[in-house]
Amino acid sequence: MFTILSRIIHYGFKNFWRSGSLATATVAIMILASLVFAGLILFGFVSDQAAASIQDKIDISVYFKTNTSEDQVLNVKQSLESLSEVKSVEYISRDRALEVFRAAHKEDSVISQGINELNVNPLEASLNIKARRPDQYAAIVEYLNSPNLVSYIDSISYSKNQAVIDRLGGIVNNVKRGGLALTLLLGLIAGLVVFNTIRLAIYSNREEIGIMRVVGASNALVRGPLVIQGIIAGVLAAVFSLIIATPIVYFISPQLKVFIPGLEVFQYFYTHLAAIFLYQLIFAVGIGAFSSFVAVRRFLKN
Amino acid sequence: MINFQSVSKIYNSHSTALQDVSFDVKPREFVSLTGRSGAGKSTVIKLLIGEDKPTKGRIFFGQYEVNKLKDKDLPAFRRHIGVIFQDFRLLPTKTAYENIAFALEVSGRAQSEIQELVPQVLDMVGLSDRAKNFPNELSGGERQRVAIARAMIHRPEVIIADEPTGNLDPLNTYEIIKLLEKINELGTTVVLATHDKNVINSLEKRVITLDRGRVIRDEEKGKYILV
Repeated sequence: MFTILSRIIHYGFKNFWRSGSLATATVAIMILASLVFAGLILFGFVSDQAAASIQDKIDISVYFKTNTSEDQVLNVKQSLESLSEVKSVEYISRDRALEVFRAAHKEDSVISQGINELNVNPLEASLNIKARRPDQYAAIVEYLNSPNLVSYIDSISYSKNQAVIDRLGGIVNNVKRGGLALTLLLGLIAGLVVFNTIRLAIYSNREEIGIMRVVGASNALVRGPLVIQGIIAGVLAAVFSLIIATPIVYFISPQLKVFIPGLEVFQYFYTHLAAIFLYQLIFAVGIGAFSSFVAVRRFLKN
Repeated sequence: MINFQSVSKIYNSHSTALQDVSFDVKPREFVSLTGRSGAGKSTVIKLLIGEDKPTKGRIFFGQYEVNKLKDKDLPAFRRHIGVIFQDFRLLPTKTAYENIAFALEVSGRAQSEIQELVPQVLDMVGLSDRAKNFPNELSGGERQRVAIARAMIHRPEVIIADEPTGNLDPLNTYEIIKLLEKINELGTTVVLATHDKNVINSLEKRVITLDRGRVIRDEEKGKYILV
């Protein structure tokens, strides 16, 4: 068993080395497929970031009647935070709201004077709520409209912004869904291209496979080295595609930042280098070994 | 040792390769199969090594009933025979040494045994100095000698040669046939399919003549006679 296994590995390496141009062509195609695969990983990150950046711009504000005490507002805040749909709640007190208002209108002397002349703070305390997903705002608003809370609340910004929130929510969903569909489609195409390349390489070896069978080689001894060759091609493809991808991502990253502020593709790539390499390795080695295993099957009869 | 019992191979209603063929081959025999192109010689060889299955009849090889062997049983069965083809069928990415060693490697023989046996067989076929050459660096005659060395190294019970001299000049043909005779003298059964009249006549051994898929003659010390 050990002898056969060591021979399979030995033949795999030797045949790969000796098959020269055919092995090079296979590895080249697999590098392209691995680059597509790495691109898809990064595309997933970019579309997530784009969706998150849109999502981050969506929130609703709840304004409390001026006679509501701070404790009562903070109780509502606490109860909102316990909801699974709620991602974050920011409390803006009446004093803080006034401060912000003053700062925003310090250039406008009429407004500043008007505020100063008032003896009371006319602004309401508010809670700024962000949901985990855009489609969850309706449920949060429904919760706020419950009989025990509605008496404290003056207004909720949701009703004014509902159309925009829904549209942005739709965009976020489409970006995510479209990204997933594109990833699956391109991943499938890349996989099929590699599969066909390996199938052709093995097809060109069909006579050799026939000779091995006539000499009395077992299926494992015929198939094993071809699977090893697929694995070697996969490892090389993963390594070379990472070497090629690194400078490309480095130069493209600043361009992408123009479209989506705060997007650090290269930083993401660099910090996730090991994981990306591992995914590429699994993809390339998996598809290499699987394709060889399947493609040789039809030649193992007779 | 080899027994064909009423074997027929019919591809379709217009193409019958073998019809009701029966013969025996005893251990240590040297049997030539002859006939015109398309007479059925290669079909007999294909059926014998399990590359194809008969439409009717049974084929026995030692303890094996070849027509009933499953794909997974073929490798083990084929290690009992050595096969030589007209087109040599050497592995192009292996050297002469490696091609010969491969026949031992497939049966899991130890490396030390392989290192001892391969040079001996290379010496026997006169190719010690060509061990490291790839098939495309060898002449036709040399390639066929490598194929013979590969077929005999694991000491099979029978060597089956399908037109082994078809691509060779008269001198190389003579050398290959001498090698086959030598192997036979050492105790291995040889089945030789050929339509080379000179080869058949010079051997003076048993000849089975096929014509249009039927055995028309089976003679001890036969000659090349087609009609």
